[in-house]
Parts: sequence; C-alpha cells; structure tokens
Amino acid sequence: MHRGKGVAIWCGMAMLTVLMAGVALAQQPADPNKEQFVPILIYRTGPYAAGGSGIMGGFMDYMALLNERDGGINGIKLVWEECETAYNNDRGVECYERLKAKGVKGAPVVNPLSTGITYALIDRATNDKIPLVSLGYGRTDATDGRVFPYVFPLITNYWNQSSAKVRYIAQLSGGEDKLKGKKIVNLHLNVPYGKETIPIWDKLAEKFGFEVKHLAVPPPGLDQKSLWLQIREYNPDWVVNRNWGVSCTEPLREAARIGFPRDKMLGVWWCGSEEDVFPAGKSAKGYMTTNFHGVGRDFPVIEEIIDKVYTPGKGNLPVTRAGSVYYNRGVIHGIITAEAMRLAHQKFGVAPISGEQMQWALENLNITPERIKEIGAEGLMFPLKTSCKDHEGGGAVRIQQWDGEKWVSVSDWIKPYSDLVRAEVEKSAAQYAKEKGITPRACN
Amino acid sequence: MNVAFFLEVLIGGMLSGVMYALVALGFVLIFKSSGVFNFAQGAMVLFSALTFVRLLEMHIYFWLALALTLIVMIVLAMAIERLVLRPLINQPLIILFMATIGLNFFLEGLAQGVWDNQVHGFELGINDEPFEALRQLTGILVSTFDLVAALIAGTLVLGLSLFFHKTRIGRALRAVSDDHQAALSVGIPLHHIWSITWAAAGIVALVAGMLWGSRLGVQFSLSLITLKALPVLILGGFNSIPGAIVGGLIVGASEKLAEVYLSRFVGGGIENFFPYLLAMVFLIFRPYGLFGDEIIERV
Amino acid sequence: MVYRESGQFKTTYANDMAMFPITQDRWGLTVIIVIAVVVVPVVASNYWITSLLIPFLIFALAALGLNVLTGYAGQLSLGHAGFMGVGAYAAYNLATRIPDMPLLLSFLGAGLITTVVGMLFGLPSLRIKGFYLAVATLAAQFIIEWAFSSIGWFSGGTATMTLDTPPMIIFGYRIHTPRQRYYLTLGIVMLLTLLAKNLVRSQVGRAWMAMRDMDVAAEAMGIRPLTTKLLAFAISSFYAGVAGALYGFVFLTSVDITAFELERSFRLLFMVIIGGLGSILGSFLGAAFIVLLPILINNAATLFVGTVPTNLIANIELMVFGGLIIFFLIVEPYGLARLWHTTKEKLRLWPFPH
Repeated sequence: MHRGKGVAIWCGMAMLTVLMAGVALAQQPADPNKEQFVPILIYRTGPYAAGGSGIMGGFMDYMALLNERDGGINGIKLVWEECETAYNNDRGVECYERLKAKGVKGAPVVNPLSTGITYALIDRATNDKIPLVSLGYGRTDATDGRVFPYVFPLITNYWNQSSAKVRYIAQLSGGEDKLKGKKIVNLHLNVPYGKETIPIWDKLAEKFGFEVKHLAVPPPGLDQKSLWLQIREYNPDWVVNRNWGVSCTEPLREAARIGFPRDKMLGVWWCGSEEDVFPAGKSAKGYMTTNFHGVGRDFPVIEEIIDKVYTPGKGNLPVTRAGSVYYNRGVIHGIITAEAMRLAHQKFGVAPISGEQMQWALENLNITPERIKEIGAEGLMFPLKTSCKDHEGGGAVRIQQWDGEKWVSVSDWIKPYSDLVRAEVEKSAAQYAKEKGITPRACN
Repeated sequence: MNVAFFLEVLIGGMLSGVMYALVALGFVLIFKSSGVFNFAQGAMVLFSALTFVRLLEMHIYFWLALALTLIVMIVLAMAIERLVLRPLINQPLIILFMATIGLNFFLEGLAQGVWDNQVHGFELGINDEPFEALRQLTGILVSTFDLVAALIAGTLVLGLSLFFHKTRIGRALRAVSDDHQAALSVGIPLHHIWSITWAAAGIVALVAGMLWGSRLGVQFSLSLITLKALPVLILGGFNSIPGAIVGGLIVGASEKLAEVYLSRFVGGGIENFFPYLLAMVFLIFRPYGLFGDEIIERV
Repeated sequence: MVYRESGQFKTTYANDMAMFPITQDRWGLTVIIVIAVVVVPVVASNYWITSLLIPFLIFALAALGLNVLTGYAGQLSLGHAGFMGVGAYAAYNLATRIPDMPLLLSFLGAGLITTVVGMLFGLPSLRIKGFYLAVATLAAQFIIEWAFSSIGWFSGGTATMTLDTPPMIIFGYRIHTPRQRYYLTLGIVMLLTLLAKNLVRSQVGRAWMAMRDMDVAAEAMGIRPLTTKLLAFAISSFYAGVAGALYGFVFLTSVDITAFELERSFRLLFMVIIGGLGSILGSFLGAAFIVLLPILINNAATLFVGTVPTNLIANIELMVFGGLIIFFLIVEPYGLARLWHTTKEKLRLWPFPH
C-alpha cells in the first residue's frame, strides 16, 4: 500500500511536470500586426468582485462592440487577456509583469482598478514606459503630469471629487457661507484608497469653516455598529460613505438602525452601484452618491452594445448588468482608451501602439461634446481635455439618488473647487519629486 | 457619561455578539462530538447561504428551497466525514485542524465556483429599524432585526441543549466526545454520529448564513465571520453550547465598548483585534473558557 | 545503484559530520547551485525572474522560518505573514529615517526588530500549546495588521499608507535590473538557508524536535522549555522579517500591509505542510509548488478549454489548494520532502526491490 501510494504520487507529479512543460512550449508566438493587445487587470473574486467584474466587463464589452461593428479601430482588432488580481497588490504587480510584454509592441496602457496596485506600479510603469490609467481613482497628485508623466487619474481625481461634494452640500444648504459650523463625518475604509482624501477634507474644512470627523472602518467592514453609534453621538449633518464592497452596504443598514436620514449620506462613486444597495433592501432608499457619468441604459452606445454584442451572445456578464453603474463606468474606460488609440493612429500611423505613443495620446486627448454625441455617449460622459500639466482632464461630477428601484440623477454637472485642489496637488507632487529625485518635465 | 448611550452601545454590542455566537454554535457542535476544531465552519455558512439564495433566485418556492439546501448540507456532511475525517482518524488533532483549514479553502472555491462570486440580496422580511416600543419607552434604539436574531439564537441554544442532554442521540454524542474508544466499545456507531453532527453543524450554518446574509447580502465576506467566532469560543469554552452564547455576548459587548470609548485614545479600528486580545488573556489564565471542561493540558 | 553509498568511507570525524555526507548529494547540490547562479540568469526571461523566481526565493525563506517554528519546534503559527510585515516596515523605516543607512544593514536590522516582536508574541507559547497557540498567533496577526494601518508613525506620516521603497544601493551599485535583484535575493537566501541547515542539525535543533515530539519528556530530560521555545520564535521571526524586507524592497518596491494579511499566513502554512514539516528542502519545494500552481492552472485551463473566466480559475485554485492540503495530510503528512526522501531511499536499492 505504501509503495503503491508512492508510485501514484510520483506518477501524478510527473504528469504535472510534463503538462506544464508542454503548455510552456505550446505558447502561441507573438500576435500579428493587425491586432492591438490590451491587458485587463480584473477582480472577479473576493469582497470587491462586483465592482471589478462590472467595470472590466463594460470595458471588454465596448471593445467587443468596436470589433463587431467596425472591425476594430481603423481596422486593427482589439484583443485582450484577463488576469485576476483579487484587489491584491502583489497579484496586481504579478499580473502587470505577466501581461506587459504581450502584443507586438507590448501593452499600451494598464488599468490597475485599485489605488493600492496603482501605487505599487507607478515606478515600474514609468520605467517600462507604459501609461497607467487610474480613471477616477489612484494617486491624486499624479494629476500633475510634469512629475508623473506615465500616470493618468482621468476625469476627476479624489480630491476634486471631495471638493465637488462640498460644493453640492453648499448648494443644498443655501450657499457656501452656510457651511460654517456644519458637521461632516468622513467614514472611510482603512486602506490606502480610503485614506487618500483625509488631507483634502481637512483643508476644505479649514477653508469653509465646517467640522470634519474621520472615522476608519477596519476592512472588510462587515460590522460597523460601533462606528455608527459614535456617529449617533456626534450627530453630524452629513456622512460621506467612502467604502468599497461590502463595507458600502453596511452603513445603509446601520443608518436605518439609528434613524440617520439616508438622504444626508453622500457616497463616493465606488459606493454607488446597484450591487452596493440591493443587499440593503429598503434601508437604501434615498441614499445619494456622486458619479462622474450617467446611469442607465438610455444611451445609444449602451443600447448598441446590448444589440450588437449581447444578442449574438458575446457579452461578458449577465445582460441584466448592462446599464448598471459599474458597467457604464467600464464602457467609459473603453471609450477613452479607444479615443486615445484613434489619436495615436492619427499621429503615428495605423499600427499596434506602443506605451510611449499611448502616453502621448493620453496627454493630448480632447474629447469634445460633438465627438461624445457621435459615439453615442451624450449624457453618459463629460467632455475631457488633458494636457501635459493636467493628467486629469477637468471632469465634473453628478449626484444620483437611489429611489428604491434604480439610480436617478438629481443634479446637474457639478464642478469641483479646482484651484484649491490644484494648489494642493502641485504641493504634493513637488514633494514626491523631491523625495524621488525626479526633475519635473517642462511642459510646453 | 451619557447612560442611555452607554446602554445602547452595550445592548447593541451584545446583540452583535449573539450573531457571532450563532456561527460559534456550529463549531461547538463539531468540537463536542469529535474534538475537531472545524475551521471550515465559515465556508459552510457561505456555502449554505449561497445555495439557498441561488435556489430562491431560480424561483423555487421558499420551503422547497430550504429543504433542498438542508439535503445538500447533509450530503456535504456525509462526504466530509467519509473523505476527510475517516482517513485521519488516529492523527493528532493538530493535523485535523490543518485539514479543516484546507477544507475551508476548498468549500469557498466550490461554493463560488458552482454558484458565482456576486453579491446576492436576500430579504427575510424582518425590519432592520429601531424597535418602536422600546424607543418610546426609553429612547434607546435597538434594531428589531437584532432582537429577532437573538430570539432565534436563543431558541437554537435551548433546542440544542435539550437535544444533547435529554435524547439518546445526544447522550451518544457526548459519549463520543469524551472518549472515542470507549464509545466504540459500548457500540456507538462513530461514523453515523459524526455524519449527524456535521449535518447539524451544517444546519446551524444555514441559519447563521440566512441571518447574516439578510443583513449584508450573501457574498464571499460571510466566510470571514469565522475569525470573529474564534474569540467567542475561547471565552465560552469549546464544548459548551450556552458558553457560545455567553462568550458571544461578552465579545460583542466588549468590542463595541472598546471601539466607542477607547478609540479616542488609541485610534480607530481596534474592534478587529480587541476580542483576540481578550482571548489571549483568557488563554493565559483560563484556557478552557468560562464554561468549558477543564481538560486542557498546560505546559 | 545510482545512489549507492558503498565505497565512500569516512576517515575523519569532520567528514562523518558533514552536512551532505554522500558524494552524490554533494554533486547534486553543486549542480543546483550552478544552475541557480549561472544558468538561470542567462536563460530565464525577465518575466520568469521577476514574477516567479524572486517571489519563490522570498517565500521559501519565509517558509523556512515557519518550518523552523512549526515543523521543527512544533509550535503552530498562523501569524507568520504579520511578522513579514513587521520586517518590511522596519526595513523601510530604517532605510528612510537613518541617513545613509546601508541596505544590507537595513535588512539585518529589520530581521532583528522582527525577532524582538516575534519573541514578544511567542510568550504565550509558554503557557498554551497546539491549537490554542494558533489562536494566539492569529491575535498577533490582527494586532500587527491594525498597528500598521492605523499608527501613522510607521508609514512616515503619509495618510495613504502605501510607501514607495527607496532605491537599493549596495556599495555604490544601484540594484534595479531583474538580474541584480535576483542575485541579491539569491545571495541572502543561500546564506540564511546554510545557517538554518546548521541550526537544525545542532543541539538547538535537536532540542526543538524533542519539544515537538514530547515536551514533557523533553523537559524531564533537562531541555528548558522557555529558552527553546523563545529561540524558535526568535529565529523564525528573524527569517520572516528578512523575507518581508526583501518582499517589500526587491519584489513589490512598495511597502503595504495588504501584502501581509491573513491570506498570506495561510499560504505560508500551506507551503510548509505541502512541502514537508520539519524539512529544509520541504520549505523550498512547498514554496515552488504554491508559487507555480496558479500559473500552471491558468495555463492548463487556457490550453484545454480556451479562454476561461478568471473567477473560475481563481475558484479552481482555491479548490485545488484545499484539496491538496487534505490529500497531503491524509496520504503523506510529511509532504513533498518525505516523498523525495523516499525516492532517494528507493534509489539506493534500485533496481533491486528489497
């Protein structure tokens, strides 16, 4: 029995080794010149799976639409490969290393989909000359493209978003002077993403004269009762919900338990999707979040995706998710990537794009309202214009509210306090440059 | 110090603790009958809750789905007993513990592989709002949901205690947990007993999964509740059913009180490890918990 | 016939007590070292070096530490990743707060600081053992996680808590290409492995194994439990600390507590169980297994089925890990190292079956 067991195990090991060798040898050679490779860092597992799968699902669907409808971008088909990061920093680094050299000229752009992974990749990507796009998240001071040439926190960064929230609260309160003396709680997940906005909230509080209290939620944030009891004691006017995954849902329930009005809760855009509010059931009604894009299916491009990609069965997710908040965010990822690629084709010729070429394109993006209408994304996307100095693009936010069944936009596009934020961004970027010994580029 | 607020924190904490105790009950069941610490209990909570929710989403009638899930858990229990426990019968308990760690991972992968990784909303129809009568009387806010959960937990504890002490099978279970050899020699069928216990633990896991799931949505994070249940077990004793509840109450209350009143001195987030700190203190001075049997060998 | 020892006579005590008394073993080891030092950097691609070999070496080092604690000394620990985290943060703070701190001294200092922390958290082992000690080590893991995410001092005051490590400079040379990093890691790991191998063969190692097998008898024989257990915690924490520092500086180039969470502790435990409890070789085998398995599953799935959704792969990975743990515990509790040992034993007699 012992001997048979040993033999069996060694046979198994041998088979595994042979299999692996065979697989390694059987790897396909490099892609031909008519294909553009795009790496997809995604998390379909773990506590944040809803966001990861939704956003990248939308991204991949948009690329599928371009392939189906137009045959790719200017005839070059888009191909992609997924790599599961499970929101883990080291797996993110590993996925990056695995995928960065695929395709004829390597990966043109990387979307880490996590602030932590973005931080971990900044040095590497800058060395490898591959741009990191952290759309609506990531390292805020990378907005200053002179210090961070290869990092793009597009549309709006976290600090701008926080300041836009303040502007909205001021609007609702009847003016900026009415902010004085108000109490705002910054309920945030105790991870890099959550802590990113602490300094700017302090700055805003200083400027407008309101009080801000930072409460840290220990991840994964399943049970927040003690924090909410503290909130009850503090009795704030507003609570900012800066969580992720399951820690977004629990506040809604806790607020119901202590009777805190849901419409005085303002969530960040990573806490503002259907998957965050469904599990909270009735407690979620009235909850408001910010968003930097439109919601729902009522846009030509989304309808086209459903029509041309899902009907022939080539969709990435269950079709019910199309039009959800995370999904639309993913579609915007796709739109921006595609537009940058078109721009790169115009300048460098129609061929697979390298990281450096993509970096140039991302720095010179000008997606006008007319172009947005052409794509079929009017109302879904705000116009975007980047530059060497400004890697953000000057976006704006909207407020949406959950009515029990769906998200409804309840405000116009709200612009952030860009000057205040820009000053802080430049300060922080300059500090980073000093620490790292980087000479900021001179932008022309 | 505001007394009403303190009471709220205390009561809220205790009710939270009851929810932890529900999960801890599953551990106690298995430990009581086989001496194995089942690290996979959290995965069983996830597995049972996911199965139930997905069956419901396929528009199967509530009670039928419940019955189907129960059958699945029973089959799972028998499979675990046959494939994992029986081959490891004479091994030291630490090996069994490590095997249940492996089992935990396996079940997590299985549950999410078979069903999926998404969040599933789940409503039991119980309101998660403050209990009005209490609020009118005293101004203290206590959620109705928590009270119902406490009631369910209490019923379970009562039921299980009665089962263990008044029925024949319960006696057999206690005999097995005392001494495998002796129980065998008296004629108690070990394998059947273990299957029954694991199935019972599976049912408790299902109840816990339903309650936690209706609060948070059924998703991967449910399996992380194991980590909250461990200190409860250390405090209450590994083989005591009422101990699980008492341990839960203490852990829940102390972690909330610590978070609310101590966090201003040491920074937030101590909730995660405070129960473990408490557990460590107990481990050093009273390792068998408040109600457990005093058989722990000390160094 | 290949592996026969006959004809190899030992004429001095030194020869008899050598680490690898059989000539074939010495040859085998030389070949492996030559491959590791000379062949691999030339042949392997950058991807292999940065994403597979360097993490393999680092995890092997950490698993070595855990093996010393759990495999040799018998103290089950579920908080080993926390100690890695301590090492990483310690190295970061030493390197950034002390001007002109040599890199290797930072690593050494990190190891020493982790040693102290490890001994502190190892004190409960004097009163409790087995599974209860595991719970105490879980407490250590959670406390460490909390400390590094909440106490700003460790992170140099930045609110965001993800720290970029400073560039690595040894004796004026900047270490940043994959091959340079590989050599740095390989050198440190080889040195510490030699140290560990000697330790477990020495009196200390024997004392550990005596404590593991039957602690009451060991104490009766005169082995002092206090020093033995604390020494085990100390050594294993030192290894974990250095491994953590390497992980942050060499692999991730950033220090972040999320890389050292409970999940990581379990992975390390799996490496030790699958590789073999109480075996130096086992730590390496286990680390290789755990590092390579996800890649293998991914490639196998892609080969046979085409594009598989990544969540299915991740779930299969979980199931395979869990299943393998159970399989190994049932079939061969001493892991891959024991299998290798059995093979060597068979080779001594092959082709004769008895």
